[in-house]
Amino acid sequence: MDPMDAIRQTFFQECEEQLAELESGLLAMQGGARDSETVNAVFRAVHSVKGGAGAFGLDDLVRFAHVFETTLEAVRSDQLVADAHVLKVMLRAADVLADLVRASRDGQVLDESHASASATELASLGGPAAGPAIADDADPLASLMFQPMMVEAAPEPDRWIVRFRPRAEMYAKANDAVMLLRELARLGPTSVSLDASDLPDLATLEPEGAYLAWTVQLQTDQPESSIQEVFEFVDCDCDVDIKPADAVMAEEPAAEVDPNADVMALIRSLQAEVAPEPEPAAIPEPILVAVPIPMAAPIAAAAPPPPQVREEAVAPKPTIRVDLDRVDRLIDLVGELVINGAMLTQRVGEAGISRASAVTVALDELEHLTREIQDSVMAIRAQPVKSVFARMPRLAREVAAMTGKQVRLTSEGEATEVDKTVIEHLADPLTHMIRNAIDHGLESPDVRRAAGKPEEGTVKLQALHRSGRIVIEVSDDGAGINRAKVRESAIAKGLVAPDAVLSDEETDNLIFLPGFSTADKVSDISGRGVGMDVVRRSIQALGGRINIASRPGKGSTFTLSLPLTLAVLDGMVVTVAEQTLIVPLTAIIETLQPRAADIHEMGDAARVIAIRGTYLPLIGVGAALGWADPERSVTGGVALLIEGEDGSRAVLLVDAIQGQRQVVIKSLEANYRRVPGVAAATILGDGRVALILDVDAIVSDARGDAPFAETRAELGLAYA
Amino acid sequence: MTKTVLTVDDSRTMRDMLHLALSEAGYRVVQAVDGLDGLEVLKGEKPDVIVTDINMPRMDGFGFIEGVRSDVANRAIPILVLTTESDAAKKTRAREAGATGWIIKPFNPTKLVDALRRVAA
Repeated sequence: MDPMDAIRQTFFQECEEQLAELESGLLAMQGGARDSETVNAVFRAVHSVKGGAGAFGLDDLVRFAHVFETTLEAVRSDQLVADAHVLKVMLRAADVLADLVRASRDGQVLDESHASASATELASLGGPAAGPAIADDADPLASLMFQPMMVEAAPEPDRWIVRFRPRAEMYAKANDAVMLLRELARLGPTSVSLDASDLPDLATLEPEGAYLAWTVQLQTDQPESSIQEVFEFVDCDCDVDIKPADAVMAEEPAAEVDPNADVMALIRSLQAEVAPEPEPAAIPEPILVAVPIPMAAPIAAAAPPPPQVREEAVAPKPTIRVDLDRVDRLIDLVGELVINGAMLTQRVGEAGISRASAVTVALDELEHLTREIQDSVMAIRAQPVKSVFARMPRLAREVAAMTGKQVRLTSEGEATEVDKTVIEHLADPLTHMIRNAIDHGLESPDVRRAAGKPEEGTVKLQALHRSGRIVIEVSDDGAGINRAKVRESAIAKGLVAPDAVLSDEETDNLIFLPGFSTADKVSDISGRGVGMDVVRRSIQALGGRINIASRPGKGSTFTLSLPLTLAVLDGMVVTVAEQTLIVPLTAIIETLQPRAADIHEMGDAARVIAIRGTYLPLIGVGAALGWADPERSVTGGVALLIEGEDGSRAVLLVDAIQGQRQVVIKSLEANYRRVPGVAAATILGDGRVALILDVDAIVSDARGDAPFAETRAELGLAYA
Repeated sequence: MTKTVLTVDDSRTMRDMLHLALSEAGYRVVQAVDGLDGLEVLKGEKPDVIVTDINMPRMDGFGFIEGVRSDVANRAIPILVLTTESDAAKKTRAREAGATGWIIKPFNPTKLVDALRRVAA
């Protein structure tokens, strides 16, 4: 890759880091942080983006970053107070900056009004006006192309006399007269004369003093500015006088100038003649070096070791990039290891070896170790939820702006880790839930004020580990679910019977029904054709559950519970027609022993079962899979009350329950082919293959198409 | 002999750019990510020139320059300040701290090398 392309990539990566830094810094300031470290970090973030953007000639980005930086500088220097309004404007500006960065990266052209509106808003905050963002000479790096530096040669006054007398300050800053004289020599032929008349004798010589002056006769086709440029760094620390030669000639004869002396020869001769260097000014050590005394030795001995790459030493944590396939292969193999371990344990048990024997003890240790390896391997795929959480503040701001509500989004537990796949699928449901919380959950500022709440609503995003699962809570301090409205809406849409008696919890859960929406009109924000039912479905597709708890006037809390990984599954091991099957535990709500009296025939071969006064479809798993006679008696088996991904409930009939365990998921499709009613397979401890039931497929297959029956069944309503 | 340049900048982009421009110009480059790190590097390196950013976390460029100059052994190392700030106040402050010269960002490689040459061959 072209090195500049690589740097460009680095730049955009770094921009993302800076943008994240910027946002979290501004959010911290919004949370009351006013320490200079936070303010500086925010400033630096914008500053760095601007610096890099300038190098790549990304002028739009530079201009906007410059305005932003100017405002931040005003805050940094206490000329502007970062109150709530200022921070809000700056957060919006941070979003615009992010958009500009991404547009530059992807080579898109952004609508100019977007940035200019924000820039105007920033400028209106007060503070000093931004100067021009791009200095006149700020030639973008132009891909490291060398451009002719001095194209406009001024041919006229070709001879100059430069008088140059350094002061001690110049040497103190490590400037060197030799360098400057050499630079002059680059402009054209020079002849230099040294004026050493001020040089005292050695006894009175100040080692850091400045005693020398030079007169340089320079012949050049460069303009005067080029000569001045040579002295750019030192103009305060030395006397420089630049004059056209003919003007000087008129004043005085250039007698001292020896036209044959060249600069380096002169310097060399000086160094040879005057033992302690004549102008050791800033450098005490050179004296020691020039007059060798033992002290010089340790300095030389302390010579540096060969250079090392410094980057790693300071990088926060070293990481390596690994092909995801390799990790998955490893996870697969560890899965095999777990299964093999279980098989071995079972065989040893069957062989009648005592539990106290050395073999069994060693086996226990092996099993323990295997589990640990499994956990560690799973941890490779685990990532902090931060990557998803980090997208939410911006979303919250946008929704708040659109709805005219005031929102503070707080997040906790961003470091909580969960499988990469789960993370990837979490963004959409979370986005929707945050939108909902602000759009539907929070009240408008005046309503809140009237209710005695702060005008600014709070939405809290929290992640934590709980009993082997990750739990994510989205809670708001809004009005809570308007149960009367929900109920009314559900009845109007024919989702519940007008006379249905529903508990508060049941009413709250109506919002998860397909086709349900309480918004009076489909708003731009929440109503993007998806409702909470879609959220629930996507969460369930990940093996998760979603719950809502709401208190009128106090707010609502949505709780997502997800498995930490999609590679293992908590399953109920059941027997069906002498086969072993796994039913995902997340689908099972409860297990029960059906009584013949509760089971009712519904037409041809359809049966329902009465559970606590409600009727649910009863599905014989054996019959559904074609393994058993559908007319078989159902008593003596075990019924599993299950809930499908769409929220519909049904009862599955199996012959017996063997137990409950974690199983490693093996794709059936990858290893065999897709089988209806079966989601995947696993290998059990005894080496047998067991199929994992696709609960949804079984239920929808047995159900046929009865849209209302499904919702009624779900709600546990009696058939009307 | 190959000259060594120590670059001190918190931006990876800028470090990479300096590295590219300087190594193409034949310099050996040693890097540090902020002022403190720069001082740390100086314990084991004796660069011919230092190029440092001003705005950095932990220790900024001014602090770094003062730190370098406070060690007599490093007093003769030319320091160029790399900054987008073209205003005189920053330059003056850098000079007061002991900076030898400056380079205005965005730099162009020719100017960068010119500036380096002006303070160290």
